[in-house]
Amino acid sequence: MKELICIVCPKGCHLHVDEANDYKVTGNGCPRGAEYGRIELTHPTRVVTSTVRCAGGRYPRCPVKTDQPVPKEQIFEVMRALDQMELTAPVQVGQVVLSDVCRTGANVVATRSI
Amino acid sequence: MYDLIVIGGGPAGLAAACAAWEGGLRSILIVERDQELGGILNQCIHNGFGLHYFKEELTGPEYAGRFIRMLSDTGVEVRLDTMVLEVTADRQVHMVGKTTGYRVEQARSIVLAMGCRERTRGAIGIPGTRPAGVFTAGAAQRYVNMEGWMPGNRVVILGSGDIGLIMARRMTLEGAKVLACVEVMPYSGGLNRNIVQCLHDYDIPLYLSHTVTDIRGKDRVEQVVVSQVDERRNPIPGTEMVFDCDTLLLSVGLIPENELTRQAGVEMDRRTNGAVVYENMETSIPGVFACGNVCHVHDLVDFVTAESQRAGAAAARYVAQNGDAPQRVLQVRNGDGVTYTVPQRIRPDRVEKRCDLFFRVNRICGDSEILVTSGDTQIARFKREHLAPGEMENITLPRVLLDKARDEITVSIREVEQA
Ligand SMILES: Cc1cc2nc3c(=O)[nH]c(=O)nc-3n(C[C@H](O)[C@H](O)[C@H](O)COP(=O)(O)OP(=O)(O)OC[C@H]3O[C@@H](n4cnc5c(N)ncnc54)[C@H](O)[C@@H]3O)c2cc1C
Ligand code: SF4
Repeated sequence: MKELICIVCPKGCHLHVDEANDYKVTGNGCPRGAEYGRIELTHPTRVVTSTVRCAGGRYPRCPVKTDQPVPKEQIFEVMRALDQMELTAPVQVGQVVLSDVCRTGANVVATRSI
Repeated sequence: MYDLIVIGGGPAGLAAACAAWEGGLRSILIVERDQELGGILNQCIHNGFGLHYFKEELTGPEYAGRFIRMLSDTGVEVRLDTMVLEVTADRQVHMVGKTTGYRVEQARSIVLAMGCRERTRGAIGIPGTRPAGVFTAGAAQRYVNMEGWMPGNRVVILGSGDIGLIMARRMTLEGAKVLACVEVMPYSGGLNRNIVQCLHDYDIPLYLSHTVTDIRGKDRVEQVVVSQVDERRNPIPGTEMVFDCDTLLLSVGLIPENELTRQAGVEMDRRTNGAVVYENMETSIPGVFACGNVCHVHDLVDFVTAESQRAGAAAARYVAQNGDAPQRVLQVRNGDGVTYTVPQRIRPDRVEKRCDLFFRVNRICGDSEILVTSGDTQIARFKREHLAPGEMENITLPRVLLDKARDEITVSIREVEQA
């Protein structure tokens, strides 16, 4: 039995995950917590939010995020890939700026228009 | 003459203006001192916004962007690069703009939505030298996320509020080494999810019941001394730890930005550091409303939006009805375990079906009941499994229950005894 705090929403439910019993989750306030508990103990993932260089806007950075969670151990690899990039305005919110980042299957999208 | 002037173009101001437009007002002005709308959200590039309101997880800029788009579908006028200098009790707004110069505008109603600012080092008085390298966490957030430069490489963070936690992760991702997050209280002021995904994920130690007792360095921070504190928050000699670092980030709380509010003569609440408000976010001056972080510090922008929509709708009603006679008023009192409530006063006749009440508790509680009483009568009871000072709570009181109350209601916490 493992105890976890669900990070899917600000409620932060205290989860109990039974590894011996097919990762059965208790203590979750909603179904998303059950999914989180199982994934967290098998192959943890996170959405990465950061910024990339952007020329031609009011500020020199454009905020971005991965459109899906990526494996936790690849977070720094994703950060290095973002560090290589440079965008040029105009950028639209939701625009894919890097697809299938580090072969994670996730796209990097802009989170504001510039 | 404007029907409504909104001061501040963050999420609170945006939601209030949109709601007032929907409520039928057609001459609305938003005054914002920054060069763009969106307020603090523009620098909060992490996700975690909008789960309640949009039912999806957005980043700060995305959340702000949606409201800015909604606003552009209305005829609300916006003045950027314009700072409000004074608000008078008869609802004159003095402002100075980069291109428009000094102007005085008259409004039928006003929404105060100036947000809050960070407590600075001076406000908590850390001993030691005054080298470069000490920043508030929010200022560092702006430098990294908007201006694109790093404040330092080896970092200690004082305070475990959400901004400090978010910045611990952000600095780590950008290649800095975050050595410690230090919290004077025995519990963190931030959300649990942020402790997990910002500290645990990156093995950043959290020292509870500790504080920074010295900052060393000549031109730049070179060392920070951290000591354990006793129950009275006094440092315990002999517990010092020395960290070699070049940066200290302070995340020691937010203060509502209420100079304008005070100057206007609005009655203030010592506990929230914001205006005393009624159920519809109206202050002690009729036709002047306050919402968002200027009223009380929120952890979740979704609640800012909800509260500000109420303020905007109420401003529209106020203008339409030209104000009306005073009514029966219930004082909301803080009972055991409750630090503050918003609203502080309720006029039951103005409550349509139900009234939302926000509050914070003064300690961490397990299984608990939130009790609402009036005199000796209990009028409502709510169950919670977990309550913490870092997490704002809310309850909803139906009008029928408020009609039963006399003069005052008291909100208190009772922890359920474990068998
Ligand atoms: C660093 C940080 C991280 C956060 N993380 C989260 C999170 O993960 N999830 C979440 O839901 N919430 C989060 N929040 C909370 C949420 O973002 C805030 O509660 C919300 O932005 C407050 O909105 P506001 O409009 O009241 O204030 P603000 O966004 O501060 O807006 C106030 C506006 O008023 C303007 N202004 C002030 N004075 C004047 C004047 N005199 N004249 C003209 N304009 C003026 C300011 O320039 C500013 O634009 C976070 C907050 C911070 C600070
Ligand atoms: S289990 Fe559901 S309600 Fe609880 S924290 Fe996770 S997402 Fe939120």
